[in-house]
Amino acid sequence: MAENRILPSRSAKSVTGLAIVVAIVLFAIVAPFFTQNPRFSGNDAFLPPNVDHLLGTTKLGYDVLAQLAHGARGSLIVGVIAAAIAIVLSLIFGIFAGYAGGWTDEILSMGTNVMLVIPGLPLVMVIAVYAESRSIWLVAFILGITSWAGSAIVLRSQARSLRSRDYVGAAQVAGERTFRILLVEIMPNLLPLLAAQFLSALILAILGEAGLSFLGLGPSGSITWGTMITDANGGNAMSAGAWWWFVPPGLMIAVFGAGLSLVNFSIDEVVNPKLRVVADPAVRRRAPKAGASA
Amino acid sequence: MRYFVRRIIFYAITVWAAISFNFLIPRLMPGDPAEIMLAKMARNGEIAPGVERTIRLLLGSDTDQNIWEQYVAYLGNLFRGDLGVSFTKFPTPVTELIGAALPWSLGLLGLATIISFVIGIAAGAWIGWRRGTWVDHIIPGSTLLQSLPYFWVALLLVYGFAVVNPWFPRIGGYDVFTFNGPEATMEFAGSVLYHGLLPALTVVLSSFGGWLLGMRNMMVATLSEDYITTAEAKGLRRSRILLGYAVRNAALPSIAGFGISLAFVVTGSIVMEQVFTYPGLGKLMITAVQGNDYALMQGLFLVITLTVLAATFLMDIVYGFVDPRTRQNG
Repeated sequence: MAENRILPSRSAKSVTGLAIVVAIVLFAIVAPFFTQNPRFSGNDAFLPPNVDHLLGTTKLGYDVLAQLAHGARGSLIVGVIAAAIAIVLSLIFGIFAGYAGGWTDEILSMGTNVMLVIPGLPLVMVIAVYAESRSIWLVAFILGITSWAGSAIVLRSQARSLRSRDYVGAAQVAGERTFRILLVEIMPNLLPLLAAQFLSALILAILGEAGLSFLGLGPSGSITWGTMITDANGGNAMSAGAWWWFVPPGLMIAVFGAGLSLVNFSIDEVVNPKLRVVADPAVRRRAPKAGASA
Repeated sequence: MRYFVRRIIFYAITVWAAISFNFLIPRLMPGDPAEIMLAKMARNGEIAPGVERTIRLLLGSDTDQNIWEQYVAYLGNLFRGDLGVSFTKFPTPVTELIGAALPWSLGLLGLATIISFVIGIAAGAWIGWRRGTWVDHIIPGSTLLQSLPYFWVALLLVYGFAVVNPWFPRIGGYDVFTFNGPEATMEFAGSVLYHGLLPALTVVLSSFGGWLLGMRNMMVATLSEDYITTAEAKGLRRSRILLGYAVRNAALPSIAGFGISLAFVVTGSIVMEQVFTYPGLGKLMITAVQGNDYALMQGLFLVITLTVLAATFLMDIVYGFVDPRTRQNG
C-alpha cells in the first residue's frame, strides 16, 4: 500500500462499501420502473416470498419488493437533502468559527455545542408536530436543520489547524479576500472530511426519518423504508409471522449504513494516517506525523 | 477550577437555550400554532373552554401580552415547576405524568447504556490491541450494528423472543395482571427485570457498535505513539501496557463524547419504548404527539433535554478528574 496516496486505497473494505452503496442507489433509481405499483392491492394478502412476489405481500396485498424499491427512493431523497442541508450549516458554523477565531469562534462554537447535546428526536418531534402537513421535503428540512452540529465540530477543529498553515498566511499577506481564502485555500483541503461527514449525515437522516415515521410524524403520503416498518408494525405483521414484511426495510437501512461506514473508513485512513494498520504490531513502522504527510 | 467554571457556564447557557427553544418553536412556525392544535384536537372531539384558553396562553396567540411578557410568564411558571396540565389525561398535571414515567426510562436507559458502554469499550480495546490479526474482520460487521434502527431491532427481538418463542413478555414494564401498580417486593422487582430484558438488549445491541468503533480507532492511534514503543522496549508486561498505558489514554475521547452519544441513545430509545409499550418517557412523548397534547410534549422535551444535560455534565466532571490536562488548560 502506497503511503501518501491521496485517493482512498482500494482495500477490500472500501470496495465492499462502494459496491453496497452503488448497488442500493441503483436499486432506488432503476428498480421502481420494473416493479408493480407499490399501492396495487389486487394481490393476495400476507403471501410469503414466491416467484411472482419475490419478497411476498403485505396485509393489504401490496408487493413488498415494489414497496422496498419505492421506499429506497423516498429514504434516499430524505437522506440526501437532509445531509446536504446539514453539511451547508456545518460549513457555515464550523469553518467560519475555525477560521475567524476570537469571539466569532466562541459564539459559533457555543451554538454548535448547544445543538450537539440537545437530543435530536424530541426536538424534531416538537417541530414536526406544529407543521400542518408534512411533505417529504419538509421532513428532510427539519432533519437537516437539527443534525449539523457533529460535523460542525469536526470541521471547526480542522479549519483551525489549516488556518495556521503557511500557505494560508501567504494568501492573507497577498491580500486575498477572506471569502476567496475560505473557498480556494481552505475548502479543497477539507473535501475528504466533508465527504465523510456527508455520508454520516446521510445515514443519520435516514435513521431519523425512519424513527419519525414510526412515531407517525413521517412524510405523509410517501413511501420510505421507515413507513414500511411502521405499516408492518401497525398491520400486525409480527403476529401473522410475516417476517418478509418488516425484515427487508430495516436490513436495507442497516446494510446501507454499513456500506457508507466502510466508505468512510477508507476516507478516514486518508485523513488520519495513524489509522492505517501495519500487519504485525511487533514490526510496525512508526506512523508518519500528521503534519509531514499532509 | 477554570475548567469546571467554563463547563458550568456552558451548561447554564445550554439549559437556557433548550428552554427558549421550547418557548420559541411554536411561535416561529408559520401559521397560528394554537389554531392548528385546536383544529387537530377538534377532530378528536369537543374541546373544553378551559383547555382552549390554556392552549392559547401556552402557544402565545393570546394577543393582550407582548412576546417579552409571555417569555417572563413562561420562565416564571417553569421555576415554580408548573409545566401546565395534560390534555390527553385531563386534568392531570404534566409534572405528575412525567414523574411517574421518569424512573422507568432512567432505570432502563441508565443500566443499558452503562452495559453497552462497558462492552463497547472492552471489545474496542481488545480489537484495537489485536489489530492486524483476524479480529480486524469483526470491524466491517460492527458497522452493520452501528446503523441499526433501534425500533427495528426491537421488532426483531419481539418477533424472535416474544412471538415465535414466547419466552419474554411483549409489552409493559411489569406484569399488569399480577400487580396493580409498582410495589416494593422481590416479586415485583423480578417482574420488572424480566420485562426490561428485551428493551435493554435492544439498547445494548444498537448502541455498542458505536463505542466499539470509536474505541478501536483510538486504540490503534494510541498504540502507534512513542511512549508505547518505549514501554515495550522497557520490557513491561503486555497486560500493563494494555491497561495502564494504552486503554487509559484511548478511552478518554469516548468518555468525553459520552454525552453526545447519550443524546443519540435517548433519541433511539424514545422509538424503542413505543415497540415494547414500555411505560417510560418515550412512550409518554408518543402519547403526547398522537393526542396533540401540547403541554405534555413541551414538558417532556424539557425534561428529556435536562436529563441528558445532567448526565453529560456528570460525565464532564468525571472527565475532569480522569484527565488532569483538561483542568489545567481550561
